[in-house]
Amino acid sequence: MKDLDEREERRSALKGLGCSRKRVEDVRFTQGKGHYVDDISMPGMLHGDFVRSPYAHARVVSIDASKALALPGVVAVLTAKDLEPLSLHWMPTLAGDKQMVLADGKVLFQGQEVAFVVAKDRYIAADAVELVEVEYEELPVLVDPFEALQSDVVLREDIKDAKEGAHGPRKHHNHIFTWEEGNAEATEQAIGAAEVVAEEMIYYHRTHPCPLEPCGTVASMDKVNGKLTIWGTFQAPHVVRTVASLLSGIEEHNIRVVSPDIGGGFGNKVGVYPGYVCAIVASIVTGVPVKWIEDRMENLMATAFARDYWMKGRIAATKEGKITALDVHVTADHGAFDACADPTKFPAGFFHIVTGSYDIPVAHVAVDGVYTNKAPGGVAYRCSFRVTEAAYCIERMIEVLAIELGMDAAELRRINFIKKEQFPYQSALGWEYDSGDYHTAWDKALKAVDYEGLRKEQAERVEAFKRGETRKLLGIGLTHFTEIVGAGPVKNCDILGMGMFDSCEIRIHPTGSAIARLGTISQGQGHATTFAQILASEIGLSADSITIEEGDTDTAPYGLGTYGSRSTPVAGAATAMAGRKIRAKAQMIAAYLLEVHDDDLEWDVDRFVVKGAPERFKTMKDIAYAAYNQAIPGLEPGLEAVSYYDPPNMTYPFGAYICVMEVDVDTGEWEVRQFYALDDCGTRINPMVIEGQVHGGVTEALAIAMGQEIAYDEMGNCKTGTLMDFYLPTAWETPNYTTDFTETPSPHHPIGAKGVGESPNVGGVPAFSNAVHDAFRAFGLRQSHMPHDHWRIWKIAQSLGLHQ
Amino acid sequence: MAKKLVTLTVNGETHELAVEPRELLIYVLREKLRLTGPHVGCETSHCGACTVDLNGKSVKSCTVLAAQADGAEITTIEGIGKPDALHVLQEMFREHHGLQCGFCTPGMITRAYRLLQENPTPTEEEVRFGISGNLCRCTGYQNIVKSILAAAEQMNAMKEAAE
Ligand code: FES
Ligand code: FES
Repeated sequence: MKDLDEREERRSALKGLGCSRKRVEDVRFTQGKGHYVDDISMPGMLHGDFVRSPYAHARVVSIDASKALALPGVVAVLTAKDLEPLSLHWMPTLAGDKQMVLADGKVLFQGQEVAFVVAKDRYIAADAVELVEVEYEELPVLVDPFEALQSDVVLREDIKDAKEGAHGPRKHHNHIFTWEEGNAEATEQAIGAAEVVAEEMIYYHRTHPCPLEPCGTVASMDKVNGKLTIWGTFQAPHVVRTVASLLSGIEEHNIRVVSPDIGGGFGNKVGVYPGYVCAIVASIVTGVPVKWIEDRMENLMATAFARDYWMKGRIAATKEGKITALDVHVTADHGAFDACADPTKFPAGFFHIVTGSYDIPVAHVAVDGVYTNKAPGGVAYRCSFRVTEAAYCIERMIEVLAIELGMDAAELRRINFIKKEQFPYQSALGWEYDSGDYHTAWDKALKAVDYEGLRKEQAERVEAFKRGETRKLLGIGLTHFTEIVGAGPVKNCDILGMGMFDSCEIRIHPTGSAIARLGTISQGQGHATTFAQILASEIGLSADSITIEEGDTDTAPYGLGTYGSRSTPVAGAATAMAGRKIRAKAQMIAAYLLEVHDDDLEWDVDRFVVKGAPERFKTMKDIAYAAYNQAIPGLEPGLEAVSYYDPPNMTYPFGAYICVMEVDVDTGEWEVRQFYALDDCGTRINPMVIEGQVHGGVTEALAIAMGQEIAYDEMGNCKTGTLMDFYLPTAWETPNYTTDFTETPSPHHPIGAKGVGESPNVGGVPAFSNAVHDAFRAFGLRQSHMPHDHWRIWKIAQSLGLHQ
Repeated sequence: MAKKLVTLTVNGETHELAVEPRELLIYVLREKLRLTGPHVGCETSHCGACTVDLNGKSVKSCTVLAAQADGAEITTIEGIGKPDALHVLQEMFREHHGLQCGFCTPGMITRAYRLLQENPTPTEEEVRFGISGNLCRCTGYQNIVKSILAAAEQMNAMKEAAE
């Protein structure tokens, strides 16, 4: 017993896996000492600012910068003509398309970059922007993807006649790609033969990640040493370095990319934006540092949006509710350039996780990408590459099927879940789900909220409403989602040809502390805290003695960055594996010091112990010292390791979310009465951080489902360019959440962890949206598109004849 | 543009500065005085990342001209606590995981600092309403509210103990 206590004490002193360790980052952040890109100031630094297009589609007839250049303090005004000799007037996108850096002959969306002004300070730059005279000739605007596929209007004249795009044949001059997965024929057959078929168009509207810190960069070309340093809001700094090298011709070792503290990313900071390119070019030309920081309006109007998927679903089932087939056709609005951030082989990301948590024998999906006069993008906003769209689609289709069958939606889910014993499970659309136990999670969730009681209350409410005693309805929003994260096996996941592994490099110092560097970059996830915990448990040094460093390409090992919840599954695995290499060498050192054979030792929390003689041991601290200070025959001095981890599979976190919402029929106002979120992210590294991620993710889901939208009018004007129109919930309307968990470790991850950052957004949106729908189910509502703002909810009530 | 001479007392230190009439307080703080704690998230008064304390009121310094602040007493996050003497709010935000990316945090704590002087014993509702001018994209507010309530409790206990 005493031994056990003593061991537990040593274990908890490590602050390793499972510990709600307080975050090391917070010390500087709470004192205003974070270091974000706009905090960088360098002697002689210039400021860049954009002239942007007021039109969604227009020919650029002329650009006259003479007045701007005459303004004291203005150094340069760059246009496409200046970038053309460097072949930088266009740049490649992550999706295999190309994008104008500065308008080359025409503009294709409102807010597009037309000219780049470089000036002594940000005020002068802004003044000069006003003085650049651009003459436009307006062209017909296409904002509707269905119309775009029929229209004679050619958006992308540069590829007008290209029959092949980056992802195969193109059907029309505004068509980008068709991508398919699954068995179309068998699915058609099963649907044809089915007893019940539910069909619905589900729209997941265009929105934007909108991190609190906008995007920006400081580029500094040191002409003396030939070195280019780029600080910026980069979720993937190593990829930025490689791309910068390929585009500029500067050798990669002469480029250093640094992601300082990042004020939230959520996918917005994965891509490369024209502002980065222009600042770099301006610095190369002038030889002084150039800063470009976008403002909020530019962020919302011109950097990457998310979603905008029109999903036509058909789901077939037996009369008893056993699902027999699923077919989904997506019309995907990608805007003016295909600047999606997806692994190269997946132009629709991992949308084919659309069979969700259900055992569906046959399925088929097809996605058509379309150009329109809207901002380019299609990024994974707190999502692992179109997984949120997929989860929303299937979780809505299940509800629609439940209506068609006249069945309870919780029961319908239960009878279709993939069973525990079916894992690893091969989905009809080609994924191998690594692990799961959906029934346990589901039952726990339903019990926690007293599901039956809620349904009873809801039925009573409907009666009371009919009797005219209340004007409020009750909605119960159910969701069981399955995520797919941790891209990913290099054999099928790459970005611009770079395999999506990740990395960790560890150095143990002689006195028994350590530094570990990773290829990822935190944007608030708390990597400096949690990765140290993984390592502490592996190597037996306290997390407090381990520094984690990321984001500087000169020092960190190459990695693909942080997005798609990939840091824990991939870099977290690399950390554990590098830690194990350290331990393997440490074992040899301990064997030498204790004069026993390696095999006679066993690992015990923070030390190697001679088997059967627990009083004979060497702690990791002892070993670290010896590694540097003792000549050990046959061993090199030092204690370092590096691991590049290529995951064998993705991980499949899942969860059960339930939202209980009151909806006012007359005003369209809503109030979340209860929100229960059960997540299973495998092994839990830091419960406090997990809970924080869930709170944040569900709040983003609340925003998306209930009001947040990037909307355009028919002229292509962006109607939601400020935080006045673009909905970010405040503390006032954000509810409290109840979090819960089950723990089904990933069988292939070294510590069984699966990643969690995006689950709450994936599961949250359908939970909120289903709650709204469910409130009106008794009155015949089948489908109403998000965002469910007050006006739209009022319209639902109106269309159902519920207004007196 | 003709400059105007202003006097600002920031975190107890008095500065005489020549500013353009149109210069925003946030940029004078961040770029002239190198106090980069307050951040810029919108420049339209919506996000609160730029919140500072001006003559005993929370203000969004992106919407105040430096010239308007002439003669003012200003406190930024840098003046609220020191590394070896943190303010209770700073400790409680860490204790209760009231931040993630940290971008909203300086403004949020600066707002909470004033809120707890206006109302030393707020209810959860009052905290939620009191910080509704400050947006956070990461935390969902639940732990921010918890941190502020915990700080209020501690500050009151400390006050009581001192009396
Ligand atoms: S920057 Fe001042 S309120 Fe957003
Ligand atoms: S912690 Fe990131 S915005 Fe609040």
